[in-house]
Amino acid sequence: MSKTIRIRKGLNIRLKGEAEKVLVQADPPRSVAIKPTDFHGLTPKLLVKPGDPVKAGTPLFFDKYKERVLFTSPVSGEVADVVRGDKRRILEVRLLADTTTQFEDFGAADPSTLNRETIIQKLLKSGCWPLVRQRPFDIVADPDQEPKAIFVSAFDSAPLAPDLDFVIRNQREDFQAGLDALAKLTRGRVHLNVSPHSTAREFLDARNVQHNTLDGPHPAGNVGVQIHHIDPINKGELVWFCYPQDVVIIGRLFRTGRFDAVRTVAVTGSEARNPKYHRTLIGAPLAGLIGEVDGHTRIVNGGPLTGEKDGREGYLGFYTTQITLLPEGDHPKFFLTEGWMGPGFNKFSASHSYPTWLMPGKQYALDTNQNGEERAFVMTGQYEKVFPFDIYPVHLLKAILVNDIDQMEKLGLYEVAPEDFALCEFVCTSKINSQSMVRDGLDTLKKETT
Amino acid sequence: MKPAFEEGGKLHKLYWVWDGFETFLFTPGHATERGAHIRDGIDLKRTMAMVITALLPCLLFGIWNVGHQHYLALGELTGPGDGFWPKVGFGALKVLPIVVVSYAVGLGVEFLFCVIKGHSIQEGFLVSGMLIPLIMPVDVPLWQVAVGTAFAVLIGKEVFGGTGMNVMNVALTARAFLFFAYPTMMSGDKVWVSTDLSAGQHLVDGFSGATSLGNAATGHVDRIVSFMDSFWGIEAGSIGETSAFACLLGAAFLLITGIGSWRIMLSMLLGGAGMAWLFNLIGANDYMAIPWYHQLVLGGFAFGMVFMATDPVTAAQTNTGKWIYGFLTGLLAILIRVVNPAYPEGVMLAILFMNVMAPLIDHFVVQANIGRRLKRAAVAA
Repeated sequence: MSKTIRIRKGLNIRLKGEAEKVLVQADPPRSVAIKPTDFHGLTPKLLVKPGDPVKAGTPLFFDKYKERVLFTSPVSGEVADVVRGDKRRILEVRLLADTTTQFEDFGAADPSTLNRETIIQKLLKSGCWPLVRQRPFDIVADPDQEPKAIFVSAFDSAPLAPDLDFVIRNQREDFQAGLDALAKLTRGRVHLNVSPHSTAREFLDARNVQHNTLDGPHPAGNVGVQIHHIDPINKGELVWFCYPQDVVIIGRLFRTGRFDAVRTVAVTGSEARNPKYHRTLIGAPLAGLIGEVDGHTRIVNGGPLTGEKDGREGYLGFYTTQITLLPEGDHPKFFLTEGWMGPGFNKFSASHSYPTWLMPGKQYALDTNQNGEERAFVMTGQYEKVFPFDIYPVHLLKAILVNDIDQMEKLGLYEVAPEDFALCEFVCTSKINSQSMVRDGLDTLKKETT
Repeated sequence: MKPAFEEGGKLHKLYWVWDGFETFLFTPGHATERGAHIRDGIDLKRTMAMVITALLPCLLFGIWNVGHQHYLALGELTGPGDGFWPKVGFGALKVLPIVVVSYAVGLGVEFLFCVIKGHSIQEGFLVSGMLIPLIMPVDVPLWQVAVGTAFAVLIGKEVFGGTGMNVMNVALTARAFLFFAYPTMMSGDKVWVSTDLSAGQHLVDGFSGATSLGNAATGHVDRIVSFMDSFWGIEAGSIGETSAFACLLGAAFLLITGIGSWRIMLSMLLGGAGMAWLFNLIGANDYMAIPWYHQLVLGGFAFGMVFMATDPVTAAQTNTGKWIYGFLTGLLAILIRVVNPAYPEGVMLAILFMNVMAPLIDHFVVQANIGRRLKRAAVAA
């Protein structure tokens, strides 16, 4: 019953600074923040004001257009501040945490004995619902609809990504309970996708799911690639997906009745002094995790290809499982020594225009320099080498550029999310920011079709 | 110095020229803001530098061959091994001025446009500027090089929006313009070998000066040079096109670096070989009987295959499209060459024609993809 799918296109970028397989129990954070900006397209309506007491699981805000979708506090304490940006847009809801956490009780229950609507209600009320997301559009799932399948990718193939086999350790029951709950949400299948190198029994022995194996370079671990090869999304269809650590949080809700937002985060990157795994909370402050960093370091809330640029004073994102510290690359480079005509013994390229392609084991400390200026599309065939979809990526991007909704649909925009274009963006000779273009295209398409 | 070019500075109008030179010397300190935080080391400047590197064997061999052909015409130093330095010296004096004029005029027009339109100087012409001299006959007047280059950059490229937007290969546009505007200087038997004579020199008896293909087109198939001479490139022709061996070196470099498309090169080779083989089978005249492998090393076929047809902007963009595009280019090149007496060489016209057809090929390939997606949806529903 297990299927193996071979992904041939893609690219593994070998970076320095992989997290050592050591789990550090981080100090309970004093201050925590939930950021509405982590949920793309959300218009939040606040339910609390500064000074209000909260427990773990108390709603902080809800979705203006889907009032049932609540976003809750991961800690108990009080609301410290609501940080707003331009046009009073809410950026962060900051919370001051107690030393011991008090939880709202949502009632423990075995998900296999509950019906679909009860499970959805429980997920919504506890604030676990936003952990379940949907394709197309790569947004929080809509509880009023039913997906044709649910996908859980049990390996992350991105550069420096956390090893999920390590992360999932000792959480077998929670993970299984989460899968059982997800299985009730669809009449279709729950697909649990592993790589041939996966060893964790938590994944391999999971029940109530369809097991699939995907073999190949990054982006084989991307849920979008997996959906495309297993059960592709046609116009009008919905697929939901959930990260393994989020499945665990859902499982804990059913086993303990609590919204217990503990998760493991990998601190990675060539600038990380101590690349390790940390056990901490959703919304924990970054400073406590990364320790001291050099002033000229890029702090990425997420992975090097898809994360958000952040500061030391930032907070862990709702879906973030990785922090990446990279050298900032904002200095000019003389063309003969380290610029475009340089020998480039420290440059990584998917093309073979630098001698480093002859050194297959070398690891790189890449900085954040663009390595060139933005240009019109010139090279062709480059994206196709790292884009394992039966989609023409450049034609799709051009349809987005000219805002041709009909073409976007026909060329397969429903099947992709910005992260699927991350490698295209990386290899692009013309330095085109395709991830944000795909996001714009999805926004346009969503506005036009709903 | 920079402030003079900034907003409000005295030389602000020339900002983009300044920017062009600055970014040439220094990869700017632009750090990523959105999306992927790290980026591949390659950029358009390096890509273009790689293509120019790949062209160097053709350029260097072309310089020597210009000298060699000249001395052959004089009946002096006739062995390929004789008089290396005099030949290179003579060739350099002939070729380098054409290179200089091509770059000066092309970059001049490009800079002018960037200043007028207010966009940054793009790298496309770095390669075009080298390709143009290599596909000129050695005796082309410099003013024609200037006019052809200016025409190609203006009408071939800038009117479409600059680098990356042109429909037809810029260098071939320059050559086609001269070919039709000044046919006497771009064809026939007067321009391929430099016959400048100094005091006391005179041409050998029976010197013709025509290229192999020129001879073939006028019915003198017997005057085509041998396969090996043609492979090494010891024959009359445009400056950089004669040596199939130098083109192969360039091809190897482009393929190893991953910059040239192997699909286009291979399919064009197959298309050309297939068409020539078909002619071998028909064998209606002496020309058709030239062995197919000999056809491939004659004229500009190898050069066009490696450096012209593979231009990513004007070729087909989809992988399937590249196979079709390359195959048809090769087929048409040999077809025009052998069957049409008006044009001794067909490579230029074949590539330009397929440049125009490439978007159509891509259109059908993409439509097929859309069709597959719709069909999948229908099966699911």
